Amino acid sequence: MYAYDEMDRTLVNERVSEFRDQVKRRLSGELTEDEFKMLRLMNGVYLQLHAYMLRVAIPYGTLSAPQLRKMAHVARKYDRGYGHFTTRQNIQFNWIKLSDLPDALEDLASVGIHAMQTSGNCVRNVTTDQWAGVAPGEVEDPRIWAELLRQYSTMHPEFTYLPRKFKIAITASDHDRAAIKVHDIGLRILNNEAGETGFEVLVGGGLGRTPFIGKVIKPFVHGRDILSYVESILRVYNQYGRRDNIYKARIKILVHELGIEKFAAEVEEEWQVTRESALQLDDEVVADIRARFRYPGYEALSDTPDELTAASADPQFTRWLKNSVAAHQQKGYAIVTLSLKPIGGPPGDATAEQMDAIADLAEKYSFGEIRVGHEQNLALPNVAKRDLPALWRQLDKLGLATPNVNLITDIIACPGLDYCSLANARAIPIAQELTRRFANHDLADMIGRLHINISGCINACGHHHVGHIGILGVEKNGEEFYQITIGGRADEGAVVGTLIGPAVPYDDVANVIEDIVESYLALRARPDELFVQTVERLGVEPFKERVYATR
Amino acid sequence: MPLVKKGAIAADAYLHVGDDAEIPVDGAALIPAARFLANAEALAKRNGPTGVIWPNNRDLDDLVPYLDGLSVVALVFPTFRDGRAYSQARLLRERYGYKGELRATGQVLRDQFVLMLRAGFDSFEVKKQADAEAFAATVKRYTVFYQPTGDGRITALHRRMQARHCANAG
Repeated sequence: MYAYDEMDRTLVNERVSEFRDQVKRRLSGELTEDEFKMLRLMNGVYLQLHAYMLRVAIPYGTLSAPQLRKMAHVARKYDRGYGHFTTRQNIQFNWIKLSDLPDALEDLASVGIHAMQTSGNCVRNVTTDQWAGVAPGEVEDPRIWAELLRQYSTMHPEFTYLPRKFKIAITASDHDRAAIKVHDIGLRILNNEAGETGFEVLVGGGLGRTPFIGKVIKPFVHGRDILSYVESILRVYNQYGRRDNIYKARIKILVHELGIEKFAAEVEEEWQVTRESALQLDDEVVADIRARFRYPGYEALSDTPDELTAASADPQFTRWLKNSVAAHQQKGYAIVTLSLKPIGGPPGDATAEQMDAIADLAEKYSFGEIRVGHEQNLALPNVAKRDLPALWRQLDKLGLATPNVNLITDIIACPGLDYCSLANARAIPIAQELTRRFANHDLADMIGRLHINISGCINACGHHHVGHIGILGVEKNGEEFYQITIGGRADEGAVVGTLIGPAVPYDDVANVIEDIVESYLALRARPDELFVQTVERLGVEPFKERVYATR
Repeated sequence: MPLVKKGAIAADAYLHVGDDAEIPVDGAALIPAARFLANAEALAKRNGPTGVIWPNNRDLDDLVPYLDGLSVVALVFPTFRDGRAYSQARLLRERYGYKGELRATGQVLRDQFVLMLRAGFDSFEVKKQADAEAFAATVKRYTVFYQPTGDGRITALHRRMQARHCANAG
């Protein structure tokens, strides 16, 4: 965990006080809605279909138990008793009154939580691997750099009114859980031959209506230079990014139109002037941030405790263990994923009661720490293996032990037409129907790792382009239709999925997905060939034939 | 529009010369970029301070040779959402060493004052009278800053280090 100090707390409080004044001026009519819109967005406040929505940042996906309890409090006091975890390491509250927002933000500020820059055309919440600091084999904890970037980008005087939103993600593992290739800037931490820490820098990735996979702009930028390098990218983008057309304003379009070589040359020229500036980090500054991350006092524990051996007789526990529990850096410990994807439930939702209970469990079993991943699940990152059976029993009672992590019912979905003013089609009910169709855990197990991503509109908040199966809602003549893509992925081998054919009506989506899955089971070369690998090997044709032969 | 200069509402000494109006030979004048560049040599001989209004999509390289002779550079925010002039301001101050008045014009609201000050602006043509009046209070709202810019404020990162050095020394 990162410990806020007095300065961090002061800034968050000053921000809340400014926002309180802005809300007051809006309510009195001193600020027009047009003027207020940008200001409220930069404080995480959207005007949705039915009400204001508050999006709260969870920097690098790390939460303390008191912070999660405060989320529960906000859900209970100002909202309807639940919150929604999103693909951006955020939590959203859907039903807060405008006049209550400053109070809600003040309550959150009391535990060092804020909504700064969770929307707007600025640098958004910097995201990273939800297993940062505990995943075996990582180069180093990417949250130290995420925090440096968070501080650097918070209220940046030059880059708060960029052409469009700007997203940065960091990974330090070979297996990319942060989807860095579909971000405006993707950073992969690595060590050079001299053993120094630095970054492979990618730029211009993104989804939305024009999906692009990020391109490498520089294979190695030394850690001390990362802020000046990011600043150089942002400065080139701020000056030359398109502002004439909102759909062409993202940096991916600038990179695409200029070409990566020309864009890289512009950035390089800028960087040669800025790299020796006050942005250069020295070891002491980095060490200072590193020192403010507190790590658990791990005990020397057995990797095969008796409690675990005894519980292994229970097939339900074993299933969950296999599905939801991952290896840890420390012997005797494990990372536990809490599925927020119950069969028939909206993906990513948690009730205030669940949040409180998770906070309690985190204190009891995970050194008080909780993580939020872009798959809309939570994790307890530091669980002693001997505690796994007891933890499982309690999670099961709370509905948080569905053993479907990374399986076909672990669906990522945007809020869709049920909440969002941009959406053309429903997303949540499609997800709910699919989880019911594939509720049988043996079947889901047999299918193996398969990511379904659903977006209710072209803006792609459900990241459908990079779902192994992507479902995109579109509207035709007042009816909801869905385009299906297959073969996408968001990890280190990121690729945009391929459309299999004409859009299908709402009622047919689940049938089509069943057809695709049946085709895969018939076509796969071996039981351990993943769906996405079968698509890579065979292309979309066999799936297309099966889906459209009888339709 | 009210002008805030040196932290207080001030009279604008500059005549804003339009695209077609004659450029006066005396007195303070603020001249659009295209006209300034077309008449740069003649303008250097004016009796009185000369300023230029520089649009946010025009390359600063064209302006740099003339900076020494200018008393005001006015940068433009066509809407408050368009942040290009923040980059221009920092480059003028921090890279090109411009020391004269740097004026923010266009859609300038109180909610941008802090960012503008930090980017190097020191005068503001403010859209609303009430915002201009609130200037002094508004710019005091923030006391913690995370990034270094040319305004010389010390970042939180370095304040922490200083505090630790002091503690160690003591």
